[in-house]
Amino acid sequence: MSVSQLVTSVRLEHMVKTFGDVRAVDDVSLEIHDGEFLSLLGPSGCGKTTTLRMLGGFEEPTSGTIYFGDVNVTDLPPYRRDVNTVFQSYALFPHLSVADNIAFGLRRKGISKAAARLRVDEMLSLVDLEGRGDRKPNQLSGGQQQRVALARALVNQPKLLLLDEPMSALDAKLRKTMQLELKRIQSQVGITFLYVTHDQEEAMTMSDRIVVMNRGRIEGLGSPRDVYEQPTTEFVATFLGASNLLAGTLEPGSGDIAITTHAYGTFRSPAERTPQGLTGAVKVGVRPEKIQIQPQGATVNSADNSLTGRVLVSTFTGVGNQYVVAAPHGEEFVVYAQNSGQTYVPRSGEEVLLTWPVEHTFVVQASGDPSPEGEPS
Amino acid sequence: MSRKRGRWLGIYSYLLLGYLLVPIIGMVFFSFNDVLAGRPQISFQWNGATLRWYRELTQVVGLPQSFWLSIRLAVASTIIATMIGTLLALALVRYEGKKFKGRRIVDQTLFMNIAAPEIVMGASLLGMFASYHIARGFTTLLLSHAVFSIAYVTVTVRARLQGFDRHLEEASGDLGAKPLTTFRLVTLPMIMPGVLAGAMMAFALSLDDFVVSNFVSGTTLPFPVWVYGATRMGVPPQVFVFGTIIFLLGAAGAIGSLVMSRRGMKRS
Ligand SMILES: Nc1ncnc2c1ncn2[C@@H]1O[C@H](COP(=O)(O)OP(=O)(O)OP(=O)(O)O)[C@@H](O)[C@H]1O
Ligand SMILES: [Mg+2]
Repeated sequence: MSVSQLVTSVRLEHMVKTFGDVRAVDDVSLEIHDGEFLSLLGPSGCGKTTTLRMLGGFEEPTSGTIYFGDVNVTDLPPYRRDVNTVFQSYALFPHLSVADNIAFGLRRKGISKAAARLRVDEMLSLVDLEGRGDRKPNQLSGGQQQRVALARALVNQPKLLLLDEPMSALDAKLRKTMQLELKRIQSQVGITFLYVTHDQEEAMTMSDRIVVMNRGRIEGLGSPRDVYEQPTTEFVATFLGASNLLAGTLEPGSGDIAITTHAYGTFRSPAERTPQGLTGAVKVGVRPEKIQIQPQGATVNSADNSLTGRVLVSTFTGVGNQYVVAAPHGEEFVVYAQNSGQTYVPRSGEEVLLTWPVEHTFVVQASGDPSPEGEPS
Repeated sequence: MSRKRGRWLGIYSYLLLGYLLVPIIGMVFFSFNDVLAGRPQISFQWNGATLRWYRELTQVVGLPQSFWLSIRLAVASTIIATMIGTLLALALVRYEGKKFKGRRIVDQTLFMNIAAPEIVMGASLLGMFASYHIARGFTTLLLSHAVFSIAYVTVTVRARLQGFDRHLEEASGDLGAKPLTTFRLVTLPMIMPGVLAGAMMAFALSLDDFVVSNFVSGTTLPFPVWVYGATRMGVPPQVFVFGTIIFLLGAAGAIGSLVMSRRGMKRS
């Protein structure tokens, strides 16, 4: 997506929603670009649905403002917002036929029955349900119902489409098919998608950008690659994919950032990969697939960080080998090696050398809670 | 084993059905019973078949009027009770806390309304009408019938609403329907079976109410009250004919709704 296309279509400013003592959404600010596919990712109960419901107008924010374009819509009821929602439960009208379900929004806009009928037929073929218009929703399979829910929302061509875990009821295969279909529809119709999921692979494969939420707050935001490669917080580093983390402190200096760990000396990370405003206790990390596993005593390239350890578990997964390696002070590193003809496959118990390039090393602020690695004091 | 159990279940069902139907069959049967001598009145001695009472249906002074009154009363009180009862059920299920402060009290009142002995309700209604100087007649009957029917409608509709997926209404609003449109196109069709069941109950309650009506009717006598009054002098056989008509109307209604729901099921 080029910069000229980055028109903001929706803006959330300092959204807060409390239920009694629970701060379900806690000061969320977010800009959603026109036509983008934005995923909202996070653990259960982190406030994804609540955020979506405030956008749809079903939940009144405790504070904060929502803009569609330049219009403040915070106080508008759902029927006056140019938004459509695909509910997690589909929420198809059971007493109406599939065609009438899809036509519902059009008819409310005053479009004639005949004209609506044409649009409905177009939508039915878009979601591969030609000829099913006369059925009742309960005569369709879960996947078909989901496509009807999608068609019912898409046919209105809203500015913004909200999708709340629309695939959660589907089996893995159907899910894959639907993901592709959704992506195709999105590029075809050019609507802004805000997609809630707690399936990170789904979020990675489908999104232009990802928002990672935790405890009602946004912890990370960016393209799937950026969020994965340059996690900004410890939570993002561990929630989105796996990370190996070591506690340490930041060393002042220029060029590459140096982090002195408590037990393993100094690691380096490129300055441009370090979040702004890091101070004091930090964690230095690397993704499992970036680590090279070698026999102990192999030479270490000067552009690499390294660590020795002993293999605890060695697992063959078909596409690769996965190792759990214990560092001398007990931290466990997960290492993932692609099955692309590498000759060195250590068995458990073997002493190994782990190396990884400085450029793939990242630093995040250590979160307040005690480190799970159990550092020696 | 399951087949054996099925047979017992069948026998049990027919026994129960018979038990329920015997009084009605007796009534229909004796509506054709002739009267040989004296003032025409019900007797359970078979004197031969006749259609006389059907022919002379309207010949008894006061009886057709009371029957017609009961029908009008039932229709009017059903309409009132169904509207109020349905809205009340919606309020009770949808709103609580700050938005509906008296919710618990209303809930308790409904329960008491159903649990209270009819005789108590009749007496207190009479007392109230008397103290407000409201003359007894159609109005007092209508108000009373609506009052005791509302609770039944509310309970029936509420049961239907309990399993209602609120997302359906949100989806409707999401698709641009204003609240009233949502009610008309989504909520009402969904709770319609409950509303109809409640309305049928209200109609039946009103049609055969005696205790409350007896208190508040004054000289305007609904069918049950009239029949009760007639027992002192001998009940004219036409009462059985009217009873048969009521039964047939009810049976037609029941079969009609069965056929409709069958057809609805086949379609969906
Ligand atoms: N109507 C409500 N009343 C009280 N608490 C609520 C309500 N809705 C949500 N919450 C609370 O707000 C928090 C966020 O809920 P939300 O449904 O937004 O989570 P979520 O991220 O969608 O989770 P999931 O992935 O499980 O769907 C939770 O702690 C939840 O218990
Ligand atoms: Mg949710």
